[in-house]
Amino acid sequence: MMKGGKIKIRDFHEAKWDEPIIFELSRKGERGILVPEVEKEIEEAVGDGISVLPEHMIRKEYPALPEIAQVRVLRHFLRLSQETLGATINIDIGQGTCTMKYNPIINEILAKSPEVTEIHPLQDEDTVQGALEIIYKLDLFLREISGFSKFTFQPGGGSHAIFTIISIIEAYHRLNGEGEKRNEIITTLLSHPSNAAAPAVKGYKVINLYPEEDGRPDIEALKEAVSEHTAGFIVTNPEDTGIFNPRIKEFTDIVHEVGGICAYDQANANGIIGIVRAVDCGFDLGFFNLHKTFSSPHGCGGPAVGAVGVTERLKDFLPVPTVEFDGKKYYLNYDIPHSIGKVREFYGVFPVILRAYAWIRSLGAEGIKEVARVAVLNNNYVMRKILEEVKGASISFPKTRHRLEQVRYSFEKLKKDTGVTSEDVIRRMADFGFHLWTSHHPWIIPEPFTIEPTESYSKDDLDEYLTTLKKVVEEAYRDPEKVKNAPYNCPIHNIDHEPLEDPDKWAITWRAYLKKHKKWE
Amino acid sequence: MKRKLGLIINPIAGMGGRVGLKGTDGPEALKRAIELGAQPWAEDRTREALRKLSHLRDEIELVTYPGSMGENAAISCGFSPIVIGELRGERTTAEDTKRAAREMRDLDVDLLLFAGGDGTARDICDAIGQDLVVLGIPAGVKVYSAVFAINPLYAGELAALYLKGRVSEIIEAEVLDIDEEAFRKGKLSIKLYGYLRIPVKREYISGAKSPTPISEKYNQEEIAIDIIEQMSDEYYYIIGPGTTTKTIMKKLNLDYNPLGVDIIHNRKLIGKDLNEKQILEIINNKKAKIIVTPIGGQGYVFGRGNQQISPTIIRYVGRTNIIIVATRRKLNSLHGRPLLVDTGDEELDEQLKGYYKIITGYHERIVYRISR
Repeated sequence: MMKGGKIKIRDFHEAKWDEPIIFELSRKGERGILVPEVEKEIEEAVGDGISVLPEHMIRKEYPALPEIAQVRVLRHFLRLSQETLGATINIDIGQGTCTMKYNPIINEILAKSPEVTEIHPLQDEDTVQGALEIIYKLDLFLREISGFSKFTFQPGGGSHAIFTIISIIEAYHRLNGEGEKRNEIITTLLSHPSNAAAPAVKGYKVINLYPEEDGRPDIEALKEAVSEHTAGFIVTNPEDTGIFNPRIKEFTDIVHEVGGICAYDQANANGIIGIVRAVDCGFDLGFFNLHKTFSSPHGCGGPAVGAVGVTERLKDFLPVPTVEFDGKKYYLNYDIPHSIGKVREFYGVFPVILRAYAWIRSLGAEGIKEVARVAVLNNNYVMRKILEEVKGASISFPKTRHRLEQVRYSFEKLKKDTGVTSEDVIRRMADFGFHLWTSHHPWIIPEPFTIEPTESYSKDDLDEYLTTLKKVVEEAYRDPEKVKNAPYNCPIHNIDHEPLEDPDKWAITWRAYLKKHKKWE
Repeated sequence: MKRKLGLIINPIAGMGGRVGLKGTDGPEALKRAIELGAQPWAEDRTREALRKLSHLRDEIELVTYPGSMGENAAISCGFSPIVIGELRGERTTAEDTKRAAREMRDLDVDLLLFAGGDGTARDICDAIGQDLVVLGIPAGVKVYSAVFAINPLYAGELAALYLKGRVSEIIEAEVLDIDEEAFRKGKLSIKLYGYLRIPVKREYISGAKSPTPISEKYNQEEIAIDIIEQMSDEYYYIIGPGTTTKTIMKKLNLDYNPLGVDIIHNRKLIGKDLNEKQILEIINNKKAKIIVTPIGGQGYVFGRGNQQISPTIIRYVGRTNIIIVATRRKLNSLHGRPLLVDTGDEELDEQLKGYYKIITGYHERIVYRISR
């Protein structure tokens, strides 16, 4: 921490509550709310509320939800909240690729105002003109930033947005009678894994371009990949290495020559927002994550928006409805000739749209450019400090020194020297109240770790983080076992990752857990 | 019950390297190495690995052979080993390694750690095949086989994790046979000799955000299904050696030779373990495709372990009919280095250079470069 202008390593200890999973807290018959009996007059007027449902939709058994009183629910979640490291409590630059930035509290206050919380998506358009105006104007702002012609906010997250994009690409070729023939999507190996996963779910073959020594794909590799089977090209640029491909226009040109559609994954646009426009790079469509670049908080898979934008020729494929303005009134437009239909209910998560709108309004065009500039400056400062001062650390693809908003680093040398892995360092960093994150697929960089210092952090913040990282690495050289056995100050200690690789053991729901571990009593 | 770790050191492994002999296969080479002042180093390498296991000293039983074959190294690292067997000569030989491996199999050790090179791996392979889970500490001049850890430190760590039950995936890894005589003359002649079972732990770790990686076995199966799906009756398929290519044979319920070249047509076996001449006779006047996978750690697509697929055959089949398959783990293990070819025909090697769509999964390709 900074104290009297000096950096001091923080003496930190996280709370430990030994809190069970909420299903384990359940007691039969316990209730949070006792719903009053329906009054006779109401029942006479509207019926019993259940028999209107079709027979096959009426549950025969109650859902297996935890039965638990309000006060215990509150205690449960407050305890859990003390066992996490949220973005508002730590200097969250170690959660690379996630674009953790300050989520202005004023925007939270706006999102919690009754004007937002008390409206319903099925209300008549005339009664929600203000909300529709905000949706429409955010669309206008994003058009300005990207050069695209129209946005939808329906997708509930980044991967969902990619799925929407692939659906649009598929619908486009199908309309042109080429749906069957064009069965391949090209991406780069270092693009976000969902760029490959979404087309695979859609039934496409996925062709990955491997990075060359400078971290970028080779244009000759793309030439080998394209053919009359190419449906589209979807790419993250810069990738999570922080390396930007300046020849991207040549890439999109090559794909266009064979009739493919080019999509830009700008989930994280923090290094280029206001500087590079997607259309100028030759992209036909793309998306932004409002919960990354545009300051709405990450919802941990919860409420988010992947805003998908398209050029004029793909407008007719967008999900319905879009929000339009006829000069007097904002309205919902369901008349989109080749629409892929709905990808999610209604018009997008409104509080997220509102926060992004407020954030853009508060910054203005120049402020948005400044976001990118400061993010890149912060990142290059951190990179230089790590290369100069953190022993055993290196950058991936060292030939390319210029990085945008983040860097994927490697602790390969640290591991060779001491046996300490990047995962060990991560656990030790948690002892001081910090996140550090490795990387996601593909694991082609040994002992990776990824740092993304966004515009929200001061030089003091960055120095505090770096000082702690340096301390942990010095400790690894002096006493590797100490780092390997970390954490010491956190509620949960060393987790065995092996069961995560075993389909018989992993469980992402309580139901699956019970089934696989046969603990149902 | 305590878990048992077997340890075998080939004490003469690696002695030829520093004196420029490229190996110590055979008594003559060893004698020459000693004359040139070679010092044993396999024991040092083993100690490096054992130090990573020393915290398990009281939790495991270490079984080893006398003196330089393991006992000395174990004791110097603070273990109290159970010493079995006896040495029958002044210097150890391949026979000692084989006998030790068999005795450890009979004792049912949970993991057999051995220090040596490709020759030692072949001896272990001869003696016990795939009866035990093993792991090599690289200590030879030639360690081309895929059964060795990257370095002794990793070997020790991986062994410790395995013994603690923290590694569940076991794969069949290639043991390669390098002709040492030819190697001394500057030629590299590599054959696929067999397979040993080794534990694997993903080298590249992931945090909670990562998707769950697919095991090597499932990866090979999805590749095989992709290939089978695109098979056409027009073509004869020349299937090169390797566990990834042979999964195709398994999926089709066909007999195959794990180390040789087989041909299938109409999803039926046409010939097994074929040589160049037999392959040419079968594909003569017919359309054919070659399915190969890089052999060993160096990434050779042709010229290592599959020399039966000769330049004549490759030319006849044509570049566009070469299908390269590789698991993601295998491709990633090259760290971006290009795939290689060494067919023995320079002009052909030159023509084979360039980008290929490598099949790395079901409906998944990675565009990757072949270089020379």
